[in-house]
Amino acid sequence: MSVSKRSFQLAAWLSVLVLAVTFLGCYSGGGSGGSGTVSLQGAGATFPNPLYQKWLSEYGKLHPNVKMDYQSIGSGGGIKQIKEQTVDFGASDSPMKDEDLKSAPGEILHIPTVLGAVVITYNLQGLSKTLRFSPEVVADIFLGKVKKWNDPKIAADNPGVTLPASDITVVHRSDGSGTSAVFTDYLSKVSSEWKEKVGTGTSPSWPVGIGGKGNEGVTGQVKQTPNTIGYVELAYAVQNKLPVAQIKNASGNFIDPSIDAVTAAASASAANTPDDLRVSITNAAGPQAYPISSYTYILIYKNQKDAAKGKVIVDFLWWGIHDGENYAKELQYAPLPADIVKRAEAKINSVTANGTALRQPAT
Amino acid sequence: MLLVALFMVGIVIAMVIALSADAMLSLRQFGFGFLTSQRWDPIKGEFGALPFVYGTVASSLIALLISVPFSLGIAIFLVEQAPHYIARPVGFLVELLAAIPSVVYGMWGIFVLAPFLRQYVEPALAKWFGWLPLFRGSITGIGLLTGGIILAIMVTPIISAVVRDVLAAVPGSQREAALALGATKWEMIRVVLVNGAPGIAGAVILGLGRALGETMAVTMVIGNRPEISLSLFDPSYTIASAIANEFTEATGDLYLSALVELGLILFLVTFVVNGIARLLVWNVTRNTGGVGRAA
Amino acid sequence: MTGMTALCTLLAVSALLIILSYIAFRGIGSINLQFLTDVPRPVGEGGGIGNAILGSLVLLLISSVIGLPLGICVGVYLSEIGRGRLAGGVRFIVDTLTGIPSIVTGVFVYAIVVLPMKHFSALAGGVALALIMVPIVARTTEEMLKLVPHSMREGALALGAPQWRVTLGVVIPAAASGIATGAMLAIARVSGETAPLLFTAFGSRFFSTSLNEPIASLTVQIYNYALSPYDEWHAQAWAATLVLMTLVLGINIMVRFLTRKKF
Repeated sequence: MSVSKRSFQLAAWLSVLVLAVTFLGCYSGGGSGGSGTVSLQGAGATFPNPLYQKWLSEYGKLHPNVKMDYQSIGSGGGIKQIKEQTVDFGASDSPMKDEDLKSAPGEILHIPTVLGAVVITYNLQGLSKTLRFSPEVVADIFLGKVKKWNDPKIAADNPGVTLPASDITVVHRSDGSGTSAVFTDYLSKVSSEWKEKVGTGTSPSWPVGIGGKGNEGVTGQVKQTPNTIGYVELAYAVQNKLPVAQIKNASGNFIDPSIDAVTAAASASAANTPDDLRVSITNAAGPQAYPISSYTYILIYKNQKDAAKGKVIVDFLWWGIHDGENYAKELQYAPLPADIVKRAEAKINSVTANGTALRQPAT
Repeated sequence: MLLVALFMVGIVIAMVIALSADAMLSLRQFGFGFLTSQRWDPIKGEFGALPFVYGTVASSLIALLISVPFSLGIAIFLVEQAPHYIARPVGFLVELLAAIPSVVYGMWGIFVLAPFLRQYVEPALAKWFGWLPLFRGSITGIGLLTGGIILAIMVTPIISAVVRDVLAAVPGSQREAALALGATKWEMIRVVLVNGAPGIAGAVILGLGRALGETMAVTMVIGNRPEISLSLFDPSYTIASAIANEFTEATGDLYLSALVELGLILFLVTFVVNGIARLLVWNVTRNTGGVGRAA
Repeated sequence: MTGMTALCTLLAVSALLIILSYIAFRGIGSINLQFLTDVPRPVGEGGGIGNAILGSLVLLLISSVIGLPLGICVGVYLSEIGRGRLAGGVRFIVDTLTGIPSIVTGVFVYAIVVLPMKHFSALAGGVALALIMVPIVARTTEEMLKLVPHSMREGALALGAPQWRVTLGVVIPAAASGIATGAMLAIARVSGETAPLLFTAFGSRFFSTSLNEPIASLTVQIYNYALSPYDEWHAQAWAATLVLMTLVLGINIMVRFLTRKKF
């Protein structure tokens, strides 16, 4: 094959490729144009992702002209992107801090959507019953002060259970995470030593233990490695059939991390929940409250720039906190208590575009 | 062509500038101490890079120590010894290892490799070599050794594929000349290797690049503990894993800035390692002249 | 000694077969036509990776169109044209580029493409992948071109061909199969990348080929499913991996076929 023919072939291939890309690029079905389709982009927390996917799908069936998408990149990512305005709504397990809210280009509202529980899971052979832990013991294990499974402190919470004499291997999150934030928030409340040594945050400096990536990583570690203890979101423990410990709550009862116990924690804290709905409900004071519970929020700007998109957002959120809650339990999320739903409704009603409220409260 | 090359340089310089700008806050705050401090506490705002540098260098070193001999062995086998009908499909298969996404390597690592190491390999190593500080410590299957092994598997297809092409391109005349002078088959292969040394070095550098920057697979099996420990069984932490794990959730400018500074340090580490590799190659080839210079 | 090298190869191939069979074992059950053509659906409703397959192909196309020519050009420069310190400096920088964690590249592209555009896009994803491709392609191209014996160049020059003709018509075709190796390694590498896409192409639940919108990809989908609590999604992640590897293998075979020596 002569040189020129080869070069010609090459050039022909290249032009085909370039044409293909340009053609594909121009063929678009996006934005807010084209036959009234409204496209919305959301991003944030991984914890509620399965539920939000269900919500988007069901809502999409009811409103075929709406194209909504949600990608789980982490709570911090959700906060960052909504501040940068590259997405239409964000999602985060922990509420935004004051500094973050101040540095945002507009006022951001926190709309709680569902509740979740952080559970203590473990891998221990030969147990006859589920383990129980008092808060101080949990803190001491994660601080590295309680090192063996048959430590008297653990035995005190579990009378009649034979505990092996092996070392405890702690498993924590290696990536920054809302789950870690909730868990450390709880530990800081129940242990002043934890609060002083480590503190609350998405990426604490763990005194002991190995790190797994994501809830899945921790679940995998605990499942595979004997004598481990770790913390994960409830859904992961249930789906993988891992044992979950009962934790003693502020009222002194050992509580199973059930969905109802989580909703109970939210109800018990409703009175203390501030107006902007940013609240921590760990170690809630209610007889049936599960102590390591938390809200997860959707973050939106109070003043929407695009009225068409804004209308869809408020409509979707309204649908979510009412009809959407029906899908929560089967996916292991706890629905919002009634009083919080009312307060969230008020927040949704306050969203405006160009000065006019987007939602007519009469509906 | 020159323009294009300069454009690439421009991009790299832009990256360095962008990264430095973001890292400025942390650079000012910690200064040189960042490189020597072992403390990494985002909540308290104290950051130090040493454990990450150690983890990155150590895991990559382990990966290369395991992978380079294997890759050379594979390449020699496929080029010099295997018949054609074996070499092509087997070569394919080895290259296919490069196509497995790192998150899959990570999952395979957690579910297959780590338990295997924990149950069979690490206890054996502890029994026979436990007198070395390298092989002490609690055995969980998750740690520096596992990370190094996964990296070795990921890096082997790259190194072996390039070395294969390098060896294949060594002119037959070199082989014939060596054999004519009475060399045994293995002495001849040594001549071929020396001839292809610069290319082999290039292949190793490509592999090293992959190892230094690898994120997902490593982060799932290395334990992610920012602590320096001599034992291979203990968990460790690499720069790339740290950035991947914490970047999306990092709120607060100092935290973000510290992570970016880590990235800058990785650049530096890559520079230094590349420089050493170049020196080694220069040492080897200044006497032999390398491939492609002769007819 | 022969035994040793054969053993190395055997171990490498076994490692591959072990991993591949594990993937197949976990994933083959979920592969059917619906899985390959449907969009993702919530847990319990099945769903598929059709849009992710399309998305990955689009991203590979964009990144190859940008990255391969750039990489080959740099490789040609380094081997044929560059002399002395400037070339040495460029080579050094390209080597360093290979070591950048892909997430850093993603963040950089986020800053220069996504933020100005104010939204995520397939274009941003393609640019990020291209930046990862270029150094790999450049270095292997350079090494392969260097291996072409000088006698070929001298022969062509002696026949009166200008430098560019020699490079384009003689040297590059001679090294074509080696350059293809480099291209294949680069494509295989980027097709398995997840981190840079998280901040650039982002992900999507819908079919899309638009450069201007977020786009799904097999790796991000696998990543999301793998990190979820549901066995159903795990099975889909493994199945998607199988599909991804088949894709890369297919591209590999096609490129090898197109660049085979025709004598």
